[in-house]
Amino acid sequence: MAVDAARVKEGSPRRGALRSVSRFAWRRPGVKAFGQISAPVAAFLFVYVAALVALLIQGFWTTDSFTGKIIHSWTLDNFRVIANAPYPTIIVRTLVMASAVTITCMVLAFPYAYFMVRIAGRRLRIVLLVATVLPLWVSYLVRVYSWRLILNPDGALNWALNVLGLPDQNIAYTNTAMWVVFTYIWFPFMVLPVYAALERVPYSLIEASADLGGRGSTTLRRVILPLAVPGLAAGSIFTFSLTLGDYIAPSLVGGPGSSLIGTVVYESLGLANNAPFAAAFAMVPLGIMAVYLVVMKRLGAFESL
Amino acid sequence: MKRIRFGYVALAALVTALAVPAAGVSKGSGLPASVGAGEGKLTLIAWEGYTEKQWVAPFEKATGCKVSAKYAGSSNDMFNLMTSGGGGQYDMVSASGDASLRLIYAGALAEVNVGLIPSYKDFFKAFQAPATNTVGGKHYGVSVQFGPNLLLYNTAKEKKPTSWAALYDVKNKGKITIPDNPIQIADAALYLSKTKPALGIKDPYELTKTQLAAAVALLKQQRPLVKKYWGLASDQIDLFKNGGSTLGASWPYQYSQLLAAKAKVGTVIPKEGVTGWLDTWMLSSKAKHPNCAYKWMQYISTPKAQAQQATYYGETPVNKKACAIMDTITKGSCKQFSANAPESYYRSIKFWKTPIADCGNGQKNCTDLKAWTTAWQQVKG
Repeated sequence: MAVDAARVKEGSPRRGALRSVSRFAWRRPGVKAFGQISAPVAAFLFVYVAALVALLIQGFWTTDSFTGKIIHSWTLDNFRVIANAPYPTIIVRTLVMASAVTITCMVLAFPYAYFMVRIAGRRLRIVLLVATVLPLWVSYLVRVYSWRLILNPDGALNWALNVLGLPDQNIAYTNTAMWVVFTYIWFPFMVLPVYAALERVPYSLIEASADLGGRGSTTLRRVILPLAVPGLAAGSIFTFSLTLGDYIAPSLVGGPGSSLIGTVVYESLGLANNAPFAAAFAMVPLGIMAVYLVVMKRLGAFESL
Repeated sequence: MKRIRFGYVALAALVTALAVPAAGVSKGSGLPASVGAGEGKLTLIAWEGYTEKQWVAPFEKATGCKVSAKYAGSSNDMFNLMTSGGGGQYDMVSASGDASLRLIYAGALAEVNVGLIPSYKDFFKAFQAPATNTVGGKHYGVSVQFGPNLLLYNTAKEKKPTSWAALYDVKNKGKITIPDNPIQIADAALYLSKTKPALGIKDPYELTKTQLAAAVALLKQQRPLVKKYWGLASDQIDLFKNGGSTLGASWPYQYSQLLAAKAKVGTVIPKEGVTGWLDTWMLSSKAKHPNCAYKWMQYISTPKAQAQQATYYGETPVNKKACAIMDTITKGSCKQFSANAPESYYRSIKFWKTPIADCGNGQKNCTDLKAWTTAWQQVKG
């Protein structure tokens, strides 16, 4: 189709400067490639890489204790401070939280996505997909605040527990609350890639497994799960990295001892005006994600993105 | 060459000498002796609620200075807006005490001639030259409004506390709410200055390393008792409404909001005294509309404008004549916000000040805001 359309257009020759440029590019493929790729590469270098490099450089500076202005002299002090309490604890807590959220999302998303792909009818599947994505249409803040209403001591959850004759929960403003809220908020980011991965598993493979004597659980374990791993890995990149950088949920639903990496960066920048330390600390999640992405690439995550 | 250059300099000096009196306000070393005609414009960095129409509109009408205000989200926002990018876009900033000294030391502010502000003499003495906006006898703006940091408690569930000790008492585990701000360390330091005199804390914002460590140790003991370090005033209001918290370090704003919502709450000024915040309209060193800025300082410190802002925002005016007008706007508001308290009460409040390395006694071994922020992160864990 596209080729046909192009052939029709060939009938009307281009004129002038544009035509000579196009002729020149056609004769020299190297120039053509450069012309095509240079704009996006430049944008990538200047907007994305330059920002990160600026960040990295700033991490080696410090601020004046009187004026708060940045002093442009090289020092490793910021990185030394990161090694002291409470920062290692905060880094470990963030890693544990991100892992817990990721694993919970995986455990919940896999059966959910499997149900959508294999069991639900066409109409139900659409309803479920829309229901999954629906929360993303609502502001992040609204979703976090709604969880505060649910978890509050006088909130909906305790009311429901009391109706059932169960004792009150008391998880508002704790790390548990943070875990619940993160899991809820990032859930769609896990479901969608897993859904995509499972949808690509041909039904014939499952039949073949059954023909060869594989029981349901064996088929799940040895055929479906391995094929879903790229989807799970892709989803985990989202849930893991989003948890790693978030600072709003900890401040809204977290309690004492709920600071995450994002909280420290935000406070260093927003309260102490200590941009160099914030920059140095922002290197930590960058490093963690670099390692994480290498591992995920091994698991084939990028085939499912 | 030398002669020609001198000629230029002399000419430039002459022009400047003629231009300065014409402009009304000199930009050089000297202070303005009078306020000239307005420039027709005034650009402000303000807290939201500080430039409401009800008192800005009459100002614009009377002076012809059109006010455009940018709201800042935090003290740090204010600091950055005033220092980075030159700060020349803005004439004034309504800085709180945790930013004002930083701004002064960063050279972002100009000295103000308070002699040109008629209402200045009606200010409570404590607010004429407070340490948050006056350094070495030089004023960098006029005080506007303030509020104390009070001990808030649930009157139905708690006995009336008399001391900040209630917030450090193990019995109150899970009931306490504390502001999430490094400046909160000063509250612990104030408590320690009374309970552990051996530490030698004189000013809760000027702490040596040992004194800071003692305050941090106290706050770390407090952490397991804390229900929530709140970032927004509404967080604390929620927690007091739904019963999650019954004791907390708070502001008059939360108290009046909770009263309005018929919650059973009371506030106490504990026997150790309180910290507080004081906002100042400060003049930028690069102000483009200095005459309008002076007119604004003259206007905003008048009893009427003071009373309007105080009742609107829920804070205390620094002009003692505002009390009577406050009561005509909202009955009982003068007493509610202690706008008629004796001078000794205002003197007892330790107003927020940016912690800086200079201890004020010639020694430079104090801990700065950077150290306080790190310490606060240690406290919260």
